[in-house]
Amino acid sequence: MIIKTKKQIPDSGITDPKIFQQRRRIIKALALAPVLPLQNTYANRDSIENKSFAKLNKVAPHLENVDLTPPQFVKNFTNYYEFSFDKEESSQLASKLVVSNWSLEIAGEVEVPKRVYIEDLLKSALLQEYRYRLRCVEGWSMVVPWIGLPLSGILSAAKPLSSAKFVRFTSIFQPENMPKQAKGAMLDWPYVEGLRIDEAMHPLTILAVGMYGEYLPKQNGAPVRLIVPWKYGFKSIKAVVKIELLKRQPITSWNKFAADEYGFYANVNPKVPHPRWSQHSERVLGTGFFTPRRNTELFNGYGDEVASMYSQMDLRQFF
Amino acid sequence: MSLKLDNIRIPVALCCLLPLFWLLLDILLDRLGGNPIQAITIRLGDWALRFICITLAITPVQTITNWRGMADFRQMFGMYAFFYASLHLLAYLFVDHAAAWHTIYVDIIESIYLWMGVIAYFVILLLAVTSPNSAKKRLGKNWKKLHRFIYYAAIIAVTHYIWQLKGNLIQPLVYLILVILLLVFRMMVWLKSRQLSKLMLPRGKSVHLDQSD
Repeated sequence: MIIKTKKQIPDSGITDPKIFQQRRRIIKALALAPVLPLQNTYANRDSIENKSFAKLNKVAPHLENVDLTPPQFVKNFTNYYEFSFDKEESSQLASKLVVSNWSLEIAGEVEVPKRVYIEDLLKSALLQEYRYRLRCVEGWSMVVPWIGLPLSGILSAAKPLSSAKFVRFTSIFQPENMPKQAKGAMLDWPYVEGLRIDEAMHPLTILAVGMYGEYLPKQNGAPVRLIVPWKYGFKSIKAVVKIELLKRQPITSWNKFAADEYGFYANVNPKVPHPRWSQHSERVLGTGFFTPRRNTELFNGYGDEVASMYSQMDLRQFF
Repeated sequence: MSLKLDNIRIPVALCCLLPLFWLLLDILLDRLGGNPIQAITIRLGDWALRFICITLAITPVQTITNWRGMADFRQMFGMYAFFYASLHLLAYLFVDHAAAWHTIYVDIIESIYLWMGVIAYFVILLLAVTSPNSAKKRLGKNWKKLHRFIYYAAIIAVTHYIWQLKGNLIQPLVYLILVILLLVFRMMVWLKSRQLSKLMLPRGKSVHLDQSD
């Protein structure tokens, strides 16, 4: 007697677990949708985690012929002192950040003060991919495909007054979810950074809302952060809630903590060492063992675009 | 104490290698995080510093517990401090910098914390070279004076650690406090023995509590 057994399922027939989970989520959402119409809109606002952008074909012209850093290095190696001074720990603790109902205030020396909602930024037709090298003052670098839009457009919309000479950026203050903020540890919270107005209006300066085709992970500055690629990483403030145009140079967090070590300008410059360590070279994250460090470039390699802004300045004095 | 320290010498020596195996395992399993090369250097430096602290702790432990004959272990731990400090240096030169000597030269010239690392290493190297009993005999009284330099090495090594951080000083401060406590203990023993010897003087006796140092 022949016992018929079912054919084995070929590997190709097995549903990818990601798709399976996605289907379950969709079914769940469909089932709940009619019951919870109001909460659903709220949920949409909260869902700026784990979402990807519709295919972005537009890549900004400032490309480098370099390999992108694998995303896991970017996601698991973050300086986010509001959570922890340890890079891996801060990457994990950052999941506590609440990013729902996020908006960005544009204020100060502007004709039209504005409030920009994150949903509008995420849907913006101006979004492009910007592949920038990020150089940390600690001596490491990575190349990240950010998704964002030039800051200049957003500032222009608020119509800056001629009195606006500087820009102050303020990060989120959420001590209930940020342990180091709650303890008042090290820096003055919330975190504050600043730029000169011409630096802020420069086409390389962007507000990023995503990376690697997806919305920004919380540890990398969700939902919106600044990216200034020719400056050390600490200038690229995360989780921005406020942008103010000012008459005078603002006091910024790291500069206040140690003015002799972390200058206001913080331009990447291999010839100006940090008072305690060299900035001559950098470890490129994701490179293997016995790979030499990379020689750091003036303005992080963006000198052609930005050097003219500093032609009248002594970069040793204005470091 | 009747515990025979001779019997545990080899197991202890093997235990001192565990941090290295642990590190090799972490390298193999890719468990060193986003900047594994920096993690290797830091881990090896940490263990060099820990072994310096363990070495410095032997005398207080002997004094407090009245255990004797731990000098062999002090030498062993000292040599392990040198071993991990050497690996730390090799990792910096050949793993992080891949023997790019010009970059290394500029890095050392421009980084004060590296000068401190270099100084601390040379002190430990000198002590390791003069560690064998033959060297001890040849140096006589000077050996003890020379090997007190381990205190300087400890303080410079902790400073080396503090000086390269961006502001978060909790971990190196723990080492600094530990080293200071170990030094304070010795100073107290020294003061006590001085006072005692003053008291004893009329009777023509002097007591040195700090025999093993």
